[in-house]
Formats: sequence, C-alpha cells, structure tokens
Amino acid sequence: MNKDFPKIIVAGENSLIVYFSERPCEKTSSLIAHTASQLQKKLNHNLIDLVPSYHSLLVTYNAIEVEHSVLESYINNAISSWSSDIKTQIGRHIELPVYYSLESGPDLQRLADHAKLTIDEAISVHQQSEYTVYAMGFAPGFAYLGEIDTRIAIPRLATPRANVPMGAVAIADRQTAIYPAQSPGGWNLIGLCPTVMFDPNQQPSTLVEVGDRVSFRAIDRHEFIQLGGKEQLLSGEKQ
Amino acid sequence: MSELKVINPGMLSLVQDAGRHGFHNIGVTTGGPFDSYSAYWANRLCENSLSAACLEILVGGLILESQATTQMAITGAVVPIKINDAKVEVWSTHNIVPGDRISIGNATAGCRAYLAVAGGIQCPLIFGSASTVVRERLGGLHKDGKALEKGDSLPCSDSQATAIRTVPEQYRPQFDMDVTEIRLVMGYQQDLFKPEQLDQFFTTVYTISPNSDRMGYRLEGPAIPHSNKQMLSEGICLGAVQLPADGQPIILLCDRQTIGGYPKLGSVFSQDIAKLAQLMPGRKIHFKPMDLNQAQILLRQSKQ
Repeated sequence: MNKDFPKIIVAGENSLIVYFSERPCEKTSSLIAHTASQLQKKLNHNLIDLVPSYHSLLVTYNAIEVEHSVLESYINNAISSWSSDIKTQIGRHIELPVYYSLESGPDLQRLADHAKLTIDEAISVHQQSEYTVYAMGFAPGFAYLGEIDTRIAIPRLATPRANVPMGAVAIADRQTAIYPAQSPGGWNLIGLCPTVMFDPNQQPSTLVEVGDRVSFRAIDRHEFIQLGGKEQLLSGEKQ
Repeated sequence: MSELKVINPGMLSLVQDAGRHGFHNIGVTTGGPFDSYSAYWANRLCENSLSAACLEILVGGLILESQATTQMAITGAVVPIKINDAKVEVWSTHNIVPGDRISIGNATAGCRAYLAVAGGIQCPLIFGSASTVVRERLGGLHKDGKALEKGDSLPCSDSQATAIRTVPEQYRPQFDMDVTEIRLVMGYQQDLFKPEQLDQFFTTVYTISPNSDRMGYRLEGPAIPHSNKQMLSEGICLGAVQLPADGQPIILLCDRQTIGGYPKLGSVFSQDIAKLAQLMPGRKIHFKPMDLNQAQILLRQSKQ
C-alpha cells in the first residue's frame, strides 16, 4: 500500500473521513467494506452513520462516548487486519433488464451520434461490461455505477430536465445509473429499467448496495411491460 | 387517540423527530429539527422523550384546533401565540382542552418555532423516524414527505393538566445579533486552500442567500477564487461548508445530499447550526475557526 494511504482526516465534530487510495479500485472497495463492517462491530450503538464512496469512508460517531484517537486506532486495526483472501461480503452480482430505445431513451440518438456509433452499437457497449456500485447518494437508492467504456462517455446536459422518470437508465461522463424515483436530473437518458430500485416500505429497501456489481440485459417493449414497466413512460417515438 | 386538527398549516410546518440515522449508505439523509436546541426544550418542557415528534414551524401562520386534553410547549423563534383569544408566552407549557384554537402568528425574531405536545405527535415511522424530508418524499404524517396541510390531524394522547413549566430566560437564545458568529471545525480539504483564501473566508461577513433551505444555506460574499480540482464524490457530514467553483460557500444542513464532490473547509459546530436555523435570508454571519478538541470538550460539557 502507498505510504500516503490510508489517510484519516477530520470531517466535523463527530465525523472523520478515511481515504484508502488515490483512485477507486477493487482492492479499495474491499478495504472499505471490510473497515465498515469492523467499525459496525467495534462501535456498535456509538456508530451513527457510514458513507462508503469511491475511495473513501465517512464515519459519524458518538463523540461524547468515543475519543477520536480511539476511533483512529479501530480504523488502523481494521485496515491492517485486511488481507487479499478476506472474503468480505461484497460483490453480489445483479443483472438488470433495460428497454433501450428511442421511445424510452430520449438521449440515445444524440449519445450514439456523439460516440460515432450506431444506436445498436452504443447499446451493446453499455451492456458488455459489469459495473461496480461505487457510491449511493443524490437521492435514496441512487447508485453510481462505473466505469463505462470511454466510447459512450458523455457530459451531463447543460440544462437538467425538471422531470426524469423513475427507472430511467442514464449516463454522465464515465458513470451510469438508474433513477430510483421521478426527480429532476441532468444525466443523459438511454433506456428504462422496469425493476424497482428503491422501496422504503420493503426490507431491504434498495436492490443494490455499495460494492455490488451490476450488469444490464436488453429487453424489448413487450418484456418491459410484462416486467411491470409503465407504458405511459414511453414517448411513442418510433424505435 | 386524540388529535389536533390543522386549520391552517402556515408557510411550512413539518413533523420532525430526532431524524434518520444509519441509512446514509443508501442515500437516505437525516432530516430532524434544524434548531435542535429549541426542539430539545419543547420536548423537555412537555416531559417527552427527546426523540418525540414535534412540529417545526417556519415563520408562522399555523392554526390548530385541539380535540385533546393535553399540554403544549412552543419554543424557538419569538412568535405571537394565542390560545383562543388569550395571548400566551413562548418557552412555556400551556394546558389545552378540547375546542381550544391555537394560533401562531409570524415570527418577530428568529424564524423557526417548535411545538411539542405531551407524549409527542404519534406518527408512523419510516427508516426509524417520523422526520419529514420533502425532497426525499419520506416521513411526516403520511410517510410521504409532505408538509402539514389544511385538514390534517395530528394524533396525540390525552394528558392531565399540570403546573405551567417555563424555560428560564438565561437558557433562551438571543436573536438580535447584527452578525452571528459561526464556529467552523476545520477539516476535510482545508489543506487545498491557500492561507490568503482561508484569511478571506474568515474575515468576510457573509449574507444568507434567498436560495437557502433545510438542505443548504447558500452564502453571498466576495468570491474566493480557487482551482476547481476534480474530486471524487465523498460523504458529507452535517454542517459541511463546501466551496463550489463560483467561490460562494454553501453550508450543508439537515436535509443535505449524503455525498458530493466539491472541496470542503470543515463543518459548522452543531451548537451553531441551531443559530443558523433562526437566521432568515438577508441576515449576516461570519466564521471563526475551531479545532476538533475544543468542539468535543464543549459537546461533552453540554451533555452534563
């Protein structure tokens, strides 16, 4: 491990942030998951919140009961107890169906033009990789998946849409995601996923969590409707 | 179960309890009372658990009609309160009987009032909390993140009349400062900033922008130019002060997004977040640096 890492930095009166590496990678994802699970055991009810993300872990704790220096030692111990053969409970694989089309992906044509690919080629590039859930945020259940092939990477829209539909499959730079609920959004929309990504009344409430791997499978209009996709979300534009 | 009927919800009245904890990893934020100090006293006056659900009333305009025999306490902003035609005091309990109409006028100092009832407002929980986060459509009376609406009923339990309890004057916050001092626990990417940029930050008197809410307070002042270093998104704690490319700081608050990618200087000390909650857009603040040790010593003292 690089001598600059891990780095433990104060974030606030009851929070610190641990950086594990310069860039996200598989080993970092595993270290984050391992450290998070060790801290859950060590801190127990004195742990308030954990935010795993790309190459860092934000730890919010009960600062009245736990000394900052004690928490630092928990973190260092957790990191040194990691070894490459530790089987942390990360890396579930989840396959999600996506109806890619012009009627479900209003930016698909523009993305293909930008990439100098046909629509079918762009769809196939999006499907050919397995993505890691690097972080969750922006909205409950919104998972940042990366990294996508540079050929289909495209910047965010200059003006975000006021309404992106629930289930929209989207791209921004080298990240892809599924909007778990209708919301404003500036990502490029290429299809619709009929699977519910976030349901606050279910346990667990999210389909994926940080560290999981996701791949996409193309489905047609018929299967989209069969799997519970809403026809009124389709623009009616010819495929 | 008795209830309080909402005759007029006012500008924005939200059910808040101690907030949602342990769900930041799936992007669910905390919510909870913005001025946790005043909410604490409202519950304490009613002899409630400190995690009981109360109302956070922005500015005022709330009118309730009671169908319950209970006690009620209103703390926080200085608001005119009437029970039927009688004027009553803030930071005090009041005995309420069925048919009473409780009217809260507009704040004359501060801007958020907290109303607690004995036993707390009985609300369904979602992710362990009744706190309303409008943006996430979570919490509140119907679990869907909606603010109070005309016709809503706030379920509560009946409770016998008791002697009036009042918070002594010295424990009530003052709202009349021209410029409010906000302590900042230094941290996060503070090392990315040059000494002259930090100097500018700590000597500027900032104005709270109209574009401010429970998610974040945007500040207006001379821009702090800095190189907008590309950062990977990371967890944001309560009170984090981020500096986007336009050089105008944003303080991230109770309903903040859980991750973000702008450089941050540190986080506002929690006791000063309660002060921010009482400052309307247009009011002025300045920052004072604070180190972690000082902050934690004060935290431990305040709990004794």
